Amino acid sequence: MSDLTNLTLAAMRDGLREKSFSAKELTQAHIAAVEGARELNAFTVETPELALAAAETADRALADGAAKPLSGIPLGIKDLFCTEGVESTAGSNILRGFTPQYESTVSANLLADGAGMLGKLNMDEFAMGSSNETSAWGNVINPWRGAKGETLVPGGSSGGSSAAVAARIVAAATGTDTGGSIRQPAAFTGITGFKPTYGRCSRWGTVAFASSLDQAGPMARDVRDCAIMLRSMAGFDPKDSTSLDLPLPDFEAALTGDIKGRRIGIPKEYTIDGIPAEIEALWSKGADMLRDAGAEIVEISLPHTKYALPTYYIIAPAEASSNLARYDGVRYGLRETPDGGNLIDMYEATRSAGFGDEVKRRIMIGTYVLSAGYYDAYYLQAQKVRTLIKQDFDRAFEQCDVILTPTAPSAAFAAGSKSDDPIAMYLNDVFCVPASLAGLPAMSVPAGADKDGLPLGLHLIGNALEEEGLFNAGYALERAAGFSAQPEKWW
Amino acid sequence: MTDYRIQGETGEWEVVIGLEVHAQVTTNAKLFSGAATAFGSEPNSQVSLVDAAMPGMLPVINGEAVRQAVRTGVALNCEIHKWSRFDRKNYFYADLPQGYQISQFAHPIVGEGEIIVDPVDADPATIGIERIHLEQDAGKSIHDQSPEFSLVDLNRSGVALMEIVSKPDMRSPAEAGAYVRKLRSILRYVGSCDGNMDQGSMRADVNVSVRRPGGELGTRTECKNVNSVRFVEAVIEYEAQRQVEVLEAGGEIKQETRQFDPAQMITRPLRSKEEAHDYRYFPDPDLLPLIFDDAYIEACRATLPELPDTKRTRYVEQLEISPYNAAVLTAEQETAAYFELLLNETALKQRKEARAVGKAAANWVISDLFGALNGLGKSITESPISPSQGAELLALVADGTLSGRLAKDVFAIMLETGDDPAKIVEERGMKQVSDTGAIEAEIAKVLEANADKVAQYRGGKDKLFGFFVGQTMKATKGQANPQVVNELLRKALGG
Repeated sequence: MSDLTNLTLAAMRDGLREKSFSAKELTQAHIAAVEGARELNAFTVETPELALAAAETADRALADGAAKPLSGIPLGIKDLFCTEGVESTAGSNILRGFTPQYESTVSANLLADGAGMLGKLNMDEFAMGSSNETSAWGNVINPWRGAKGETLVPGGSSGGSSAAVAARIVAAATGTDTGGSIRQPAAFTGITGFKPTYGRCSRWGTVAFASSLDQAGPMARDVRDCAIMLRSMAGFDPKDSTSLDLPLPDFEAALTGDIKGRRIGIPKEYTIDGIPAEIEALWSKGADMLRDAGAEIVEISLPHTKYALPTYYIIAPAEASSNLARYDGVRYGLRETPDGGNLIDMYEATRSAGFGDEVKRRIMIGTYVLSAGYYDAYYLQAQKVRTLIKQDFDRAFEQCDVILTPTAPSAAFAAGSKSDDPIAMYLNDVFCVPASLAGLPAMSVPAGADKDGLPLGLHLIGNALEEEGLFNAGYALERAAGFSAQPEKWW
Repeated sequence: MTDYRIQGETGEWEVVIGLEVHAQVTTNAKLFSGAATAFGSEPNSQVSLVDAAMPGMLPVINGEAVRQAVRTGVALNCEIHKWSRFDRKNYFYADLPQGYQISQFAHPIVGEGEIIVDPVDADPATIGIERIHLEQDAGKSIHDQSPEFSLVDLNRSGVALMEIVSKPDMRSPAEAGAYVRKLRSILRYVGSCDGNMDQGSMRADVNVSVRRPGGELGTRTECKNVNSVRFVEAVIEYEAQRQVEVLEAGGEIKQETRQFDPAQMITRPLRSKEEAHDYRYFPDPDLLPLIFDDAYIEACRATLPELPDTKRTRYVEQLEISPYNAAVLTAEQETAAYFELLLNETALKQRKEARAVGKAAANWVISDLFGALNGLGKSITESPISPSQGAELLALVADGTLSGRLAKDVFAIMLETGDDPAKIVEERGMKQVSDTGAIEAEIAKVLEANADKVAQYRGGKDKLFGFFVGQTMKATKGQANPQVVNELLRKALGG
């Protein structure tokens, strides 16, 4: 890894402005790093030519003193975002070869702010997974390895994003988070991931998984880099009816590190059976660090926490079963036409061949919970519980400003170790899912390591629209934790 | 209430009818995308990324469609729901790109209301409206252009529809026909749907069941996409008869969806309830609930024109037009618009109140103009005679320039040439003669030439009076004022 790729996004930005290096140099260093890291399988498509073209534009802007917030910064874009003229597959065979004529609002915002795109980042198929083992493009490999050199998963679904940022082959990446898909992979790879309030980032042009939960966010080296990224990604979009028409704060300016008097809530229900002691220990250490930084620690209660995961696994598949109906072989993507078959045969063959097992499982679950006779017992009930979970948070935020929990119940695990056990896999998101159901902003900050030296993240949840306070709490935690370990380069 | 009855082998049967009318909302854009909606465009030329359900595309509600639905609801005397929601109706079909239709299942924008309909040869009936909801139309599958493939045209995909659901309040084909006509008339007045059934912008799903008069409701069948008033009536006649025959033969009516075959005027099963889809309705998470306030509803109400029922009452009460004529004049907005222009001009030209000329104007439109337009196969908007020309003609009759008979001749020339009546009268010397001297001279000639008949008349053969009138009119080329002729003849013959 070169010195340039090892900089934070903020340092790259400042270096470019100070003419310490050019955007072209920075981009070429990243392109070389991407090429050198193919063993990680982090990319589905590499687009060095696009990154270089953006770099040239950025260098001219920098020379003219007309630099934009992200001029010359080479990014990776999760394959869930449709990118004009660049194959966009959402990690699925059913979209293999699909090249959109449009650019998603989030990626368009980043490009408009001067960023370049190094390529599309691998991910769990349709963002369904917690280990990046469901991608049609194959597993992404975590740049961190186990104590005995085992291959580890990078988390999911934004596993290409987490691996690429952790391996220092992109300056930062976009992720999407439906039930933890930014935060859990960030924790597994020792980077920072931020999911904003539902509605901050437009969903237009992002392949839908579960519309009421899907939210884009940044994955980057540190808290500041996430703040810079989110400022460019977010903003009102009239093309998304659920987009928030509100002014966008300067998140970076909120990073004072001063959290004196802030109240940090510790939810008692997040102490669950079977959680490793070292996770528990890190959690209390995190609370201690924030207390030492001047915050007040308060115990809070989120009584419906135990229902969050089952609720999520009703609502998300329900929406997915409908959102994925459009992949039918009629207009784009894969089409399988069995000999002598009719329309139904084409649907069956196309969807059987195009979707992987996890996607099929969730379509089946979602179809079931919406079916006549089951709707009231499952979907409707889940919506009611979702309301209760939101109310839990509303009450909690009367007592505290930010909530601290672990991000995931373990460090990165070995590839293949959970892929045969969906329930064990789903448990990865147990701490992340409640904030998703409530539409709240939340982030994972690397805060320590387990006994094998693997990174662990702590999870901070803020009240709706209070990203600034959340970022600042994350910043304070980051400074206090001082986590600086990086994976040893083996690729 | 009509007492339409099917006479079966085992006695009388009553038919119960409910209609779901799909009305395409008049707006420049589709319900959830910016795409245009022109009828008859090249296939797949009116399709946005949203309509084709490309990955990551999202719906955004078209405010104009909402406004039109609210205006329609107000016009149909319905309750307007200030909170409504869009749901997804999930099913797979090649011309349904999303794999679901966005509709309003649980919470429609418009609730209950009612309209009064006037079936031909039966008493007016009040028909309840159950609800109106907004939904997307699907595209069109074309199965007959290729031996191997079905083709799909997505121009219609995403077009805004109002589904207007009646209560099962209709009891005869005539009532159902009158309901569709009345609905179409109101939609056209409101301007929320062009009502063109032949272009598919208004079509009906016809629900029919039969029962013993006043008894328990029977099992219904639903006949989809019926696209004319005549066909709606035909479906009901056929279905009612068919169901009675099935029941009387000891069979059962299956709850099923049927299709109308206009060539044979029969219905056929499409799919039965066992094969019915489970649509898995759930709230569309891409859309927020539709919420508005009373001020919005009032603003919608303020833009409504005078509606046919109100107009008809006004014609009867204020213009002294017969209820029948008032109904005819108000049934279509274009007719009423023509009539009102004519009426205003007529009152103005004759310096009279509208009330004083209403009847004459109405009679002229209904007997003269409609007759002529029928003959020409033209609609009122294509009339060769403008309202102001019509008013001029009526004024010429009113001031005695034209007799009724001359007016008919002038009218015929107007139809042909489009000229103003005054010009025709002037150029062709068609003025009525009321000059007693000139007429007396002609009468003298007639009596002289028919001395024998004069003697017979004076001998008591009163019937001959008509003969003298005819002869005098002939001699004056029809231009003599008939009243004056009558008076002068009586005087001359009496002497």
